Amino acid sequence: MSGFLFAGFGGQGILFSGKLLAKIGLAHGKQVSWLPSYGPEMRGGTANCSVIIDDEPIGSPLVTKPDVLVVLNLPSFEKFEKTVKKGGVLIVDSSLIDKKSERKDINSYYIPASMLASENGLEGLANVIIFGHMMKATGIFDYAAVEKVLVDSTPKSKPQLAELNAKALSLGYGWQE
Amino acid sequence: MSEKVLMKGNEAIAEAAMRAGCKLFFGYPITPQTDLSEYLAKQMPKRGGLMLQAESEVAAINMVLGASAAGERVMTSSSSPGVSLKSEGISYIVGSDIPCVIVNVQRGGPGLGGIQPAQSDYFQATKALGHGDMHIIVLAPANIQEMALLTGEAFDLADIYRTPVMILADGALGQMMEPVDFGAKPVRELPAKDWACNGHGHKRLRNIVNSLYIQPEELERLNIERFERYKKIEENEVKYEEYLTEDAEITLVAYGITARIARTAVKLARAEGIKAGLFRPITLYPFPKKQLFELADKTNRFLSVEMSMGQMVDDVKLAVEFKKPVTHYGRTGGVIPSPEEILDEIRRLRREI
Repeated sequence: MSGFLFAGFGGQGILFSGKLLAKIGLAHGKQVSWLPSYGPEMRGGTANCSVIIDDEPIGSPLVTKPDVLVVLNLPSFEKFEKTVKKGGVLIVDSSLIDKKSERKDINSYYIPASMLASENGLEGLANVIIFGHMMKATGIFDYAAVEKVLVDSTPKSKPQLAELNAKALSLGYGWQE
Repeated sequence: MSEKVLMKGNEAIAEAAMRAGCKLFFGYPITPQTDLSEYLAKQMPKRGGLMLQAESEVAAINMVLGASAAGERVMTSSSSPGVSLKSEGISYIVGSDIPCVIVNVQRGGPGLGGIQPAQSDYFQATKALGHGDMHIIVLAPANIQEMALLTGEAFDLADIYRTPVMILADGALGQMMEPVDFGAKPVRELPAKDWACNGHGHKRLRNIVNSLYIQPEELERLNIERFERYKKIEENEVKYEEYLTEDAEITLVAYGITARIARTAVKLARAEGIKAGLFRPITLYPFPKKQLFELADKTNRFLSVEMSMGQMVDDVKLAVEFKKPVTHYGRTGGVIPSPEEILDEIRRLRREI
């Protein structure tokens, strides 16, 4: 079983990232669940969502000890960094979070996703950039399959957005510290 | 790729209702259920239906009564405080012996409570959803696929037994997404709605849908007739699921979202060599009493796990009839228990045996 937690501010595309991952799992014939945090904290405050990908039926949809944590703001880093499972993966948007994990028992990756987005004309797609980096770091799914689901998830009425999404994914996937 | 689509529980209920031929929905928004009416507001007009946001819950449930009296398949949905407001109307619908589907996506209470998931409306749903001698059928899905399946089933049960049927879910099931396949819905034979007030064209006597009976003997006769129907429902419609109960020393009883967390806890316990099992009621009314009574001969004790201070545990005790000890473990106020804390409780009980 793999539990993923995406966390950041409302509006950063946290829920979209989670949905994208769940759709990728579904496309691979896995059991998947997606659970958002909902309520007042979604309005400008912290937003997060739990995604589970498993071969067996999923019990609790709530991820409290993530195998993979993706954080896009400091409050989320401080709240969830300590909950990552031993041997797990932490992915940090280092252009928004000026802090590093001191944990030696997890693998941490830092990518200035928001800065890369604005430098490359990919405003609002930091979530996809960091998603690409997560795919690389975890290596759980094949890149081409992920790209296909991402493009399919983009509204048909906005073909240019599909192209930008693919570019953002590729940028994050190929980026090296 | 499979036929499955990724959908929120709230949306799955909405989609399944339309596929079951529900063309009318009356409701009033409330977290964490609003996605359901939002989905219907978008979809129903396109598919020949009507979704109406009423001025209040009280208005909505009375619109349901009217639409049902006219013989239409109709649904309303809400979350805990909103369901309380609907309770008078629900009692009138029961008293009128007409069908409808009511969804409760539970949140923490009492009062306005919170907006996080809870299972603390169990008593309300199964014992006292309205005044008078009454029950309604209560179905408790545990995953999004079941949200869809049981919604279709709810409309059929409502028509067959002329009673409201409640889908009792919670905020987590309402908000979470899982793959769902709308393909396979078993077909049931449905009675003609010859009681409906939908215009007689001078070809038959007029029908009357009403819940007021001034003569005590007449009201008594109707109540007895209704309870005979409840007996039939209990004989024919009880649904439940068992997981590793065959040799279980400790049998957990849990429904809805909690059942799937309890299932993980059972797996963890088994990995430690503790023989645990899970009994999951799918119909909460009628409660699977007979099945639990029989299971009591095989197990050493029962643990009811709920997101409440302990409500279903009373039904488990009544079902088991003191054959074996029954205890409760729960979280409340919107807190979802973790599999690990349920495992701790299983370990504690194991030491007591």
